[in-house]
Amino acid sequence: MLRIIKKPEPSKQQLVAIKITAVILAFVASTVFILSLGHNPFSVYFSMLEGCFGSLYRFNETVIKTIPLAITSLGILIAFKMKFWNIGGEGQILMGAFLASFFALKFPSMPMALLMPLMIVAGMVGGGLWALIPAFFKARLGTNETLFTLMMNYIALQWVTYLQYGPWKDPNALGFPKIPNFSSNAVLPSVLGIHAGWIICLLFIAGIYVFMKYSKKGFEISVIGESETTALYAGMNVKKITLIAIFMSGALCGLAGMIQASAVSNTLSIEIAGGVGYTAIIVAWLSGLSAPIILLVSFLFATLVQGGAYIQTAFQIPQSAAQILQGMILIFVLGSEFFSKYKIDIKKEKPSDNEDGARTA
Amino acid sequence: MALISFLSAAVQAGMPLLFATVGEIITEKSGNLNLGVEGLMLLGAVAGFQVGLITANPFLAVMGALLAGAAGALVFAFLTVTLRANQVVTGLSLTILGTGVASFTGQSLMGQVVPEGISKFFAAVNIPLLGSIPFIGPVLFQQSIFVYMGFIVAIAAGVYFYKTRLGLNLRVVGENPAAADASGINVTLYKYVHIIVGGALCALGGAYLSLVYIPSWQENVTSGRGWIAVALVIFSMWNPYKAMLSAIFFGGLDIVGFRIQKFDIAVSQYMIDMLPYIATIIVLIAVSAKKSKENMAPQSLGEPYFREDR
Repeated sequence: MLRIIKKPEPSKQQLVAIKITAVILAFVASTVFILSLGHNPFSVYFSMLEGCFGSLYRFNETVIKTIPLAITSLGILIAFKMKFWNIGGEGQILMGAFLASFFALKFPSMPMALLMPLMIVAGMVGGGLWALIPAFFKARLGTNETLFTLMMNYIALQWVTYLQYGPWKDPNALGFPKIPNFSSNAVLPSVLGIHAGWIICLLFIAGIYVFMKYSKKGFEISVIGESETTALYAGMNVKKITLIAIFMSGALCGLAGMIQASAVSNTLSIEIAGGVGYTAIIVAWLSGLSAPIILLVSFLFATLVQGGAYIQTAFQIPQSAAQILQGMILIFVLGSEFFSKYKIDIKKEKPSDNEDGARTA
Repeated sequence: MALISFLSAAVQAGMPLLFATVGEIITEKSGNLNLGVEGLMLLGAVAGFQVGLITANPFLAVMGALLAGAAGALVFAFLTVTLRANQVVTGLSLTILGTGVASFTGQSLMGQVVPEGISKFFAAVNIPLLGSIPFIGPVLFQQSIFVYMGFIVAIAAGVYFYKTRLGLNLRVVGENPAAADASGINVTLYKYVHIIVGGALCALGGAYLSLVYIPSWQENVTSGRGWIAVALVIFSMWNPYKAMLSAIFFGGLDIVGFRIQKFDIAVSQYMIDMLPYIATIIVLIAVSAKKSKENMAPQSLGEPYFREDR
């Protein structure tokens, strides 16, 4: 008989070994998939790598795709640490981008040294407030935040669509529905060939790591996530901490939106978030809610996206094939997490004669 | 007359939502939150269309969609029930995978049209007597067989939940799996069966789009309807009877944006498109404020069940 039992907390090496096994299995599955398309898997993989690292330009592109993913995942991490299932990254990105764009479009001639910090703050406030709405109702009434934050994404998307097709539509775009481009003062400058978002990203990775690990608030967030009763018993103001943490969570997503609007598209558009809010949930989860690992996983995801786009032209493999690969890898890694928490006991004797039998899974 | 044609169109536009909503209600009743509805609908849409194209047989097309949805949901069930993976993340991954598979297999189907045999089979049928009732007749009883199927599925789900022993057991599983387990209900089996049936129904909603509503293949044919269905589950308060009304209501909102342009109303279409989500949030808040057991999400929704945690 098979019986599933909880394992004691596995060691770091064990965890890494399990994840690597999962990724290898996913690769085996992907290889079969590529073979079935009639391509040589190794040349496809090689080509994907070439698409990501083959030239300085391509490498920069990969990094640029990593930045919003990593920052948003950091935001999601804070919420997930306290078991607040923030699925609203997408909307928080859009609303952060919206508020930052408001200042970019309203004050195009403000000096960059003033406008840039203003936009960053606006982006964080925009995303933070958007996250605060579901957090408020969760704290007050216990409203289900998974579904609430999901709905907020759609409202944000409709809001930006409304602006893009309505009041903010560029009159000079010959009827094309787009919002005017930012002035150069509102565009995040480049550092070493990549927009300065990468510096902001690294700063926040370090900052959130320290915050979660060493600060009192970070500790309180983890305690609430572990057990709300314990937190209440310890005299923590759970509601207040929830609101602060979720504001921070949304603020980081909003910051990612600001960076995308300012540095990547130079304007606000409905494509700003483009699924990053959802992918970030997966990234945060796969990273085991650890800030430094988020950087690594985000980079791997960016590689998949960038490499996937490249094999499209190189092998005429549709972009959707990369999406299938991504899905398969995710499913294997998700499945593997089981083996870090549980182990399967194989019993030889008949279990019916003791109370163990009733507990056989 | 304009109202009748509008309502009739709203019923048609609401149908993919109804299938997916009832499917997701069945899934959630077992305590599992499957956010992969969009992916499952796309799988159903592409499988139904592909099989329909090859066989020109409406039954096989529907079977193809059901099987594709069941297969997708089986992956979800295995990961979340047996391997206890996080439901939210698994659901999102399923959407990524489903979207990828649909867009990949759909590439060669682009621009193809449903065979005549199938489109004839799913054309509007006027039910004798019922169809001639004024007002209600043309709205409800001069529709495609697929539409009647949607209402039958919703009513059957309602009867199952509220009038049968199995349905009662299912609700216990969703509310309190430990109690269900203690009273001898096979929690794992219940979860598997209902996740798979729910997933198959979501896929049927997708197939309705590609076989009846559009009826040809387009990239991303569902265009976010799977997510609306997740909202509709809340809007309907996990009740399949209410799901019928809310699906038609949301179907109406879906087309009202286009129709409103004819009139000189100073409301943006995009603002109207926002209403379903705002309405859903208001329902969500109202439901949690009222705390009435009947209208709430199943207690254990989203939580994996592990026997030895008891």
